[in-house]
Formats: sequence, structure tokens, C-alpha cells
Amino acid sequence: MSAPASPWDRIRDQFPILDQQVNGHPLVYLDNAATTQKPTSVVAALDRFYAHDNANVHRGLHALSMRATEAYEGARARVARFINAAAPEEIVFTRGTTDAINLVAASWGGAHLKPGDVILLTEMEHHSNLVPWQLAAQRTGATLRYLPVTGDEGLLDLDQLDQLLTPQVKVFAFTHISNTLGTINPVAELCARARRVGAVTVIDAAQSIGHAPLDVQAIGCDFLAFSGHKMAAATGIGALYGRRALLEAMPPYQGGGGMISHVDLFESRWKPAPERFEAGTPNFGDAVTLHAACDFLDGLGRAQIQEHDSRLARRAYERLGELPGIRLLGPRGERGGLVCFALADVHAHDVVTFADEDGIALRGGHHCNQPLMKRLGLTSTVRASFYVYNEEREIDALVASMRRTIAFFKG
Amino acid sequence: MSAELTELYQQVILDHNRRPRNRGRLPTANRSAHGDNPSCGDQCDVFLRLDGDRIAEISFDGSGCAISQASASLMTTQLKGKTAAQAEQLFQEFRAIVTSGKEPEEISDLAAFAGVHAFPARIKCATLSWHAALNALHGEAAPATTESHTD
Repeated sequence: MSAPASPWDRIRDQFPILDQQVNGHPLVYLDNAATTQKPTSVVAALDRFYAHDNANVHRGLHALSMRATEAYEGARARVARFINAAAPEEIVFTRGTTDAINLVAASWGGAHLKPGDVILLTEMEHHSNLVPWQLAAQRTGATLRYLPVTGDEGLLDLDQLDQLLTPQVKVFAFTHISNTLGTINPVAELCARARRVGAVTVIDAAQSIGHAPLDVQAIGCDFLAFSGHKMAAATGIGALYGRRALLEAMPPYQGGGGMISHVDLFESRWKPAPERFEAGTPNFGDAVTLHAACDFLDGLGRAQIQEHDSRLARRAYERLGELPGIRLLGPRGERGGLVCFALADVHAHDVVTFADEDGIALRGGHHCNQPLMKRLGLTSTVRASFYVYNEEREIDALVASMRRTIAFFKG
Repeated sequence: MSAELTELYQQVILDHNRRPRNRGRLPTANRSAHGDNPSCGDQCDVFLRLDGDRIAEISFDGSGCAISQASASLMTTQLKGKTAAQAEQLFQEFRAIVTSGKEPEEISDLAAFAGVHAFPARIKCATLSWHAALNALHGEAAPATTESHTD
């Protein structure tokens, strides 16, 4: 008797996109922090939905509409289970992380922030968890403050947190895993400390949702935002988790069909959450892919995914560290599945162009982290980010490519 | 290395990237302009000392990829001594080279940038400093940005 097949066996076969040559070399896809590839099961779910069940959701009295509604609400329940929300009603479907944070900043922020209040962020936030709060501050008169990052090792300076977490702080928004540093922030601790001063917490989970176990009740956050396309699902779908009591008390974000219980010429009444925040025809087709992606990732086991991605990232950190003139960012030990670095004499965009020549997909630039780059005295870095299908031999290819690039520019 | 990449990173470009000419602020400048490429974070400041209609001195400062740095460096060597009209004319020639890959009829160092056309994402890297220089020439207050022009 052979042992039952592990879902990790032949995992690359489930991602047909990986089986191609780029510039005469096998594709090495290391741009997963930007977007992950999609397994056949996710693509098939989308295909099946449009081939059999497609119709507009809610209020439909015909068979297809009922099936589509079931698929859409089924995806909501699956996502709720995926992050251990208390109820499906705590999941609002959005276009992605950015849309979800804008929703909180505009709706909750608009209703609760006033001059004298403080919005606390960290220096490592992606622009998506920074600009919406700048807009909220401008609209409400609230003040922005930042928890500093320690330096290249990229940890939050928690010694300064007590001093910054004053009773004036009404909201504390921070990333779970930094998209540039790879730092895994102690989110449960941050939430507990914020709660002591009565601040609402918002977590940007874009880089953790597909890579690690995630339990919103254990973390104790008030809001959490993520994108489907960074967890093997389609683009254009994501979600905002919000504690029910908070969502119920929030005004609408956008107006339109689907979010009202009654409309008059001069005033309307809103549906309860989550429908209140889903004006217009929602993206049910892509929500189906989110359901399939949750199944796929749980099949692999999220603890195992975290172990796999983090091991590759630590290995890459170690191997890249052998290169002359390299500056590595982020923590030395435990880290999320990515490594960012700068080469002394070669600009990130030149590095990425040369890697592409070797079939390696990397990202170079400020990674939507301009304030952090400025803080570290950098203008751009190169990022290699890993996912379930990446292998150690791809790190060998990366390091070899970096060596060639360094040699070329050295002349 | 592929032919396209060899063509992109020519010796002239590598040389200007390694040893940029006219780099740094120009203390005597009477015009300057800032340019940035928000999609990649490249930045470029161009400083001019205009003597009437003529560029008496020129320098640049900034950060970016080899293409953008070499382009800015080479540009300063080409624009020094030129009138505004001549500078405009040179830019049109340069733009034609980087977008079409066609080398100019007259022998020119600008031809080193012909390889850029095979990498559409890098065209803006090559033209950023030129946009900043023309803005400085025209005395435009708003910074040049790659989002507001079409190449």
C-alpha cells in the first residue's frame, strides 16, 4: 500500500503557467508578493461558474440567479471560515485590499474621526494603508502619527509604542507582513495594546492571507483587509473583515442598488452589513475563485505554506548575502516569504531587466513604500518573493543571475 | 546575453552610467526643473545657466537606472552651448531614436540609445531628464513627470 498522495506532490503541475520558457530559459516566477499564480482548480471554478451558473445575484427568482447567489454567499461563508470570523456577515466583498482599507477610512473614519484625534500608522505601510488615511485626515482634521521602523532589520520600534498610543489615538492601522521588509509583525500584541487605549485596529493582511494561518478572533483585530489575487484567486476580488458591531454602526461607503432597504426621492434606508457596503452588482464570478482558493490553500495546509515560503526566503537571504556589495533588508531570522535587497553599483531596474533575460521574474522599485525607502535612504530595491510552487533550485538560478549582473556592470 | 540586451546596455551607456558627466548641483544656475517617474521612483533635477537664449552651463542630479542616468549625463554633454530651439530639435531627434530604434543620419552619441526601443518600459527612463531640461528651459514651475507626456 502506498501512502496517500500529498497535495504538495507535483504541485507545479497544478500551475500550468509555470511550464514555459522566457527568453530561452525556464520561467522562474519570483514576483509572488505582487500577485500569485492560480492553480487549475481555481481557474476551473471560474470556468464552471460562467459555463453553468452565471446570473445576477440576490432578488433573483429564477434557478440560475438562485445558484449564483448560493455561490456568492457560499464564498462569503468560506472566507469567514478561512479567517475564523464569527459570522459570514463580518465579510464585506471588495475589489481588494486597497478598496477595503478605503472603505474603513472613508466610512468608519468619516463617522468617528475629528480634529484632535490621532490616526496611528507605521513607517512600513504600503501606500494602500497610508494614502486612504491621509485622505481621512484631510477630511476630518485628525492627525497622522507613525510608529518608526528600527532600520535595515526592519522591525517596528515597539519601545516607542506606549508613548505613541495615547488616548487620542482612535485608530491604529498596520501591516501583518511587510511587502518590502518581510517582517512579520506581532499583530495580536499590537491589537491588545491598542485596545487598552480604546483604539480601533485595522490590519493590512495582503501579504499574509495566502501565506500563513490567520485567525481574526485570536488576533483580536477590529478590521482586516486582503486581496484574492495574492492568495491564488482572481484579481478584482478581496474582502474586508469587520467586527459585526462596528460594521453595523457604520454609514454606507458607496450608494446604489443592492445596499438599500428602501429608497425615496429624498432619502433612503440601508440594508444591514455586509450588503450595506456592496453597492451595485458585486463581483460574484471572482468571489467563486476566492472560495476555490481557500479550499486549495487549506488542502496544502497554511502552516505548511508558511514553513515552505519562509524557508525559501531565509535560504535566499543567506545565499544572496554571499554576493559582493549587497544590502539585504528585513529581519535575519523568521520572515515572510520575500527578500528585498539593493546592489551597490547596479540599479534595481537594471537588475530586473537582466534577470528577465534569464527567465526570472522579479520586481524592482519602491514597492509602493516610498516613505520607508526614504527612511532607509534608498530609492529602489529588488524583491524576490516566493510561493507554494517555488523550489530551492530557483534560488540557485536567482543567485547565478545576480552574479552575472554584478560582473557585467563591474565591467 | 541576447542581442537586444547588448544593444540596450551599450558601452557608451555603461560608461556614462559609471562616470556621469556634469553631475551635481550647478551653483551658478538660473533655471532648474525637477522630473520624476512615479511608476519606478526615478528622479532627476536639471540645472541650467542660461545666457540669453543659450545654455551656457548644464548639470543634473538624481537617481535611477543605468539608462536614465546615462541619458541624463549624455544629454548634458549634448545640450551645452545650444539654444532653446536647438535643444528642442535635439530632443525630437532623441525621442525618435528611442521610440523607433532608427539611428540618426548624422553620427551622434545619441544613437547609443537606439536599443531602448526594444524595451518599451524603459523609454520613459531615457526621456525623463530631457523633459526636465526642457521644462527648465521654458521656466515651467510644475515638475516634469512621465505621467504627463506621451512617450
